[in-house]
Amino acid sequence: MEATHDHAHDDHGHHPTGLVRYFFTTNHKDIGSMYLWFSLIMFFVGGFMALVIRAELFQPGIQIVNPDVFNQLTTIHALVMIFGAVMPAFVGFANWQIPLMVGASDMAFARMNNWSFWLMPPAALLLVGSFLVPGGAAGSGWTLYPPLSIQGGISVDMTILAVHIMGASSIMGSINIVTTILNMRAPGMTLMRMPMFVWTWLITAYLLIAVMPVLAGAVTMLLTDRHFGTHFFNAAGGGDPTMFMHIFWFFGHPEVYIMILPAFGIISHIIPTFARKPLFGYASMVYATSSIALLSFIVWGHHMFTVGMPAAGNLFFMYATMLIAVPTGVKVFNWIATMWKGSMTFETPMLFAVAFVSLFTIGGFSGLVLAITPVDITLHNTYYVVAHFHYVLFSGAIFSIMGGAYYWLPKWTGHMYDEKLGKVHFWLTAISFNITFFPQHFLGLAGMPRRIPDYAPQFTEFNQISSVGAFLLGLSQLIFLYVIIKCIRGGVKAEAKSWEGAEGLEWTVPSPAPYHTFETPPAFH
Amino acid sequence: METSIAQKNAVLAKKLVIIALIMGGFGLALVPFYRQICEATGISQSRIVAQKASGEVDMARTVTVEFVASNSNWLNWSFEALDKIVQVHPGQQTVVNYRVVNNTGRKIIGQAVPSYAPTEAAPFFKKLQCFCFDQQTFAPGESRDMQVIFVVEPGLPADIQRISLSYTFFDVTAEAGNK
Ligand code: HEM
Ligand SMILES: [Cu+2]
Repeated sequence: MEATHDHAHDDHGHHPTGLVRYFFTTNHKDIGSMYLWFSLIMFFVGGFMALVIRAELFQPGIQIVNPDVFNQLTTIHALVMIFGAVMPAFVGFANWQIPLMVGASDMAFARMNNWSFWLMPPAALLLVGSFLVPGGAAGSGWTLYPPLSIQGGISVDMTILAVHIMGASSIMGSINIVTTILNMRAPGMTLMRMPMFVWTWLITAYLLIAVMPVLAGAVTMLLTDRHFGTHFFNAAGGGDPTMFMHIFWFFGHPEVYIMILPAFGIISHIIPTFARKPLFGYASMVYATSSIALLSFIVWGHHMFTVGMPAAGNLFFMYATMLIAVPTGVKVFNWIATMWKGSMTFETPMLFAVAFVSLFTIGGFSGLVLAITPVDITLHNTYYVVAHFHYVLFSGAIFSIMGGAYYWLPKWTGHMYDEKLGKVHFWLTAISFNITFFPQHFLGLAGMPRRIPDYAPQFTEFNQISSVGAFLLGLSQLIFLYVIIKCIRGGVKAEAKSWEGAEGLEWTVPSPAPYHTFETPPAFH
Repeated sequence: METSIAQKNAVLAKKLVIIALIMGGFGLALVPFYRQICEATGISQSRIVAQKASGEVDMARTVTVEFVASNSNWLNWSFEALDKIVQVHPGQQTVVNYRVVNNTGRKIIGQAVPSYAPTEAAPFFKKLQCFCFDQQTFAPGESRDMQVIFVVEPGLPADIQRISLSYTFFDVTAEAGNK
C-alpha cells in the first residue's frame, strides 16, 4: 500500500511545464486557475463593450456607433458577461475549492474537466469574432428572440454554436461537480455538514443539468428555422415567436439563479470568517437555497408579462415570483444575524461581502417591484430592468467573485494581497458602481427604453452621470488586475490558515496549496 | 477501494447524463405542449371559423376594424389590404379584399397567417371565408384579389371599439412541393 502510493505520487511529480502543462492538465487547481483567468479576460472584453455603449449614451443622438453596432454591442456584452465572465468564474472557484473543501484529491473526472475548460476559448472566439463577419455580430439581444434571430446573418449561427459549446461545457462541468460532491467527500462529512459553498454549487450544478439542455433545444430550433425550413418560431409559417420566449425563459430564469447561488455560497464563507462566528442558521440556508432553486422553475413568465398571457397566467407568475423573496429574505436575514454581535474586521473580502448583502438586496427589491404585473407592463424593457439586473449581477454575482478572489488568493498564491490597494479597489468599485447604476432606476421610471442608442433630451443628465460612473468603474478594475498580479509575484507569506476566523479543510493545507492535496482522505470533525 | 469509487462515479455520471437527455427531450416536448395549451385555452388564433352569421345585427354599436398586410422576409411579392379600415355593426356580415401581386418569375405557393389585436377580440371575430384557410398558388407575375368574409359577434366586450387584423404571407412552395 505504502509503496504504490509513493509510486503514484512520483508519477504525478513530473508534470510538464509551460503551455503544454496547461493544455493537457487534469489538475483541478490548474484548471481552476485557467477558468479564473479566462473569466477575468472576458470580464475586461465585456467591460470594454459596455464602455462603448456608455460612451454612445453620454449624449442624445448618434455619435460613436451606428444603431446596428449598438445592438450588437448590447447583445455580445451580455453573452460575454454571462457565459464568459460570471459562469466560468464560479466554475473556477468550484474547481479550486470543492476538492479542497470536501477533502478530495481532485475532481471526479479529471480528464473531462480539462475538456470542459478547453471548450470555452473557442466558444468565446466565436462570440467575439462574430463582430468581424459581414453584417456584424448578432443584434437580437442576448435573449435571441425571433424574428430578429431568424433574420440575422451568419453571426447568429456563430452565436448559436457558441451557446451550444458553452452549454456542453457547463453540463460536463456540472456532472463533474455533482459526482465529486456526492461521492468523494472525506469520511465523516455528511451532506448536512458540507461547507455552504459546496451546497450551493451542488444545487447550481443540478440546475445547470436541468436547464442547459432546454436552452440547447431552443437554439437548435432557431437553427432549423433559419436553415432547414422548419417554422417553430416563424409566425409567418404558422410558428409562434412567443413560444420561443416561453422556452427561453424556462431556461433563463433558472439561469439567473445559476449566477447567484454560488455567490450566496461564497458570501456564506466570508461573513463568518470576518465576523468570527459560525454561519447563523446553516440548515435554513440549505433549505432556502433548495427552495429558491425549485421555485426558479415556475416563475419564468415574469419576463413576459407584456406578451398577452391570460390574466390567470400573469397572476400566477406574479405570486410565484414574489414567493421567491421569502427564501431570499431568509438568506439575507441569516447573513445579518451572523454579523450580529460578531467581532468584525473589514478586510477587503468582508467589504465586498457586506456591500453584497446591502446592494444585492436593493436588486431584490427592484425585482419585487418588477414582479408586480401592472407595474412591469410600464417598466418592461426600460432602464429600470437594466438597473435591477445590474444590482443583482454586478453588486451580487461579481462582488461575490471579487470578494472570493481576495479571500482565497492567499491560499492560491501563498502570498497575502496588498490590503491597502484591495480596499482602494473596493471603495472605487462600490462607489462608481452606484454612480453608474443607481440613476438608471430613475431613467427607467421616467420611461427611457433599454437597447436604444438615442434618447430624448430630458434623459441627458442621468445618462451622463451613469456614463461617468461607468468609466470610473471600468478603470478601477485595472487595480484589481494589478493586485492579483502583484499577489502572484510576491508579498507577505500567507499562513495555512490565512484568516484568523477561517474554518474548513482548505485552511488545513499549506499556502499556496500544494499541487496535490488530500491524496489520502483527511479526517473531518 | 480505488476502482469502486471510479465505478460509483461512472454510475452517477450516467444517471446525470440521462437527466440531461430527459431535460433536452422535455425542452422539445414543450413545443407540442405549448400548442395544446393554446388550443385548449382558446389563445390560439389561427383558425377561428364560423359556419354562418348568427343573425342579429346590433345597429346601435359600431366597431372599427383595421386590416394590415405584411410579407415574411423572403417573399418578393406585393400584398396589400384594399379595404384598410371598415366600420361594422356587430352581427353584420362584411366583405373585404386583399390583393397579391407575384413579382417573381416563379410559381409561388403562399400561406397567410392571421393575428388579432387586442387578443381578447379574437374569439368574437368569426371568419366565414378567408384566403388564409388554404394555401394559395400564384403563377409568375399573377395578380389576384382575395376575399375575407367576417362577422364580429355581438358578444364582443363593450370596451373594445377597434380591432386590428393582420395577415402575414409566407412562402410555402418548398413544403407544398414535398407533399
Ligand atoms: C427577489 C428576487 C428577484 C425578483 C423578484 C426578480 C424579478 C424580475 C423580473 C420581474 C424581471 C423582468 C423585468 C422585465 O423584463 O420587465 C427580472 C429581470 C431580470 N432579472 Fe430578476 N428578479 C430577482 C432576482 C434576480 C437575480 C438574483 C438575478 C441574477 C443574479 C436576476 C437577474 C435578472 C435579469 C438578468 C433580468 C433581465 C433579463 C432580460 O430581460 O434581459 N434577477 N427580474
Ligand atoms: Cu427571472
